[in-house]
Amino acid sequence: MTEQVTIRNAVPADFDAVTGLDFVGDPEEKPAYWRGIFDRYVTIGRDGGFFLVAEKSGEVIGFIVGEVRAWEFGSPPCGWVFALSVSPEARETGVGQLMLNEICQRLKKTGVTTVRTMVDRENKLTLSFFRSQGLRTGRYIELEKTLNDI
Amino acid sequence: MKMHKASLFALYAVLELASDPERQLSATDIADKYGISTHHLAKILRTLVRSGLVQAVRGAGGGYRFTGVVNRTTLLDIIELFETLESELDIPTPKGQAGEAVIEELQSITREIDDLTKAVLDTITLETALNSARLRAKLAAQE
Repeated sequence: MTEQVTIRNAVPADFDAVTGLDFVGDPEEKPAYWRGIFDRYVTIGRDGGFFLVAEKSGEVIGFIVGEVRAWEFGSPPCGWVFALSVSPEARETGVGQLMLNEICQRLKKTGVTTVRTMVDRENKLTLSFFRSQGLRTGRYIELEKTLNDI
Repeated sequence: MKMHKASLFALYAVLELASDPERQLSATDIADKYGISTHHLAKILRTLVRSGLVQAVRGAGGGYRFTGVVNRTTLLDIIELFETLESELDIPTPKGQAGEAVIEELQSITREIDDLTKAVLDTITLETALNSARLRAKLAAQE
């Protein structure tokens, strides 16, 4: 099935398809977020930033967004994948793997040697996917606290 | 984390059997490969059979074969057949409430560690573990 899937750069006309594939978070707050992402990674085209979609028979069935970030948290330049989704009907057909491979190739061409992501620990589907692609717990630990008590 | 021997032996057996679901292996075949007790492994295999992940094939040439779903079964699924993976804090009942806050804090820290351990083990499927092991073996062979 994956031979019929093409991975290409996202274009402004993909906005509705991409937001329709985003199943995480509050749908009411997401359009503003996605407008910002499209502005930065599609319209302007940020250096070291990649917004790719998977297309099959003219339909967008997945997307992945990532970029190179340098010296955040003291980390040398590193690729980050910060958004990924595949249409439920197209899952387990290798689409996620195709998109991740493509973005990793592009990140590698910028000179980085590591790709990193962050996933909610309850999101077992996405965590299992990244694990199956060889990603492991990295050397940075995410810490947080609620601000209710201050 | 100190994994129980039973969990470790069960992972050996399941990964060995799941690496080729068509193949039947005896308890001795698996025990010999990993240098573990056949007697102990036989008991573990009975638990795995009861769980439905492994089938016992009777008769001459019989043995065990994997009947689970290799890309759906996680390492945690196997381990939890044998232990709960909850850290054990051997805390005596305190006199009064003086130490309560410290005890609760220590329990909260061990829960944090347990949750992370489970989050790792519950997202590694048998397929992922086998693929990584094969890659590891391939890289070792190239060295």
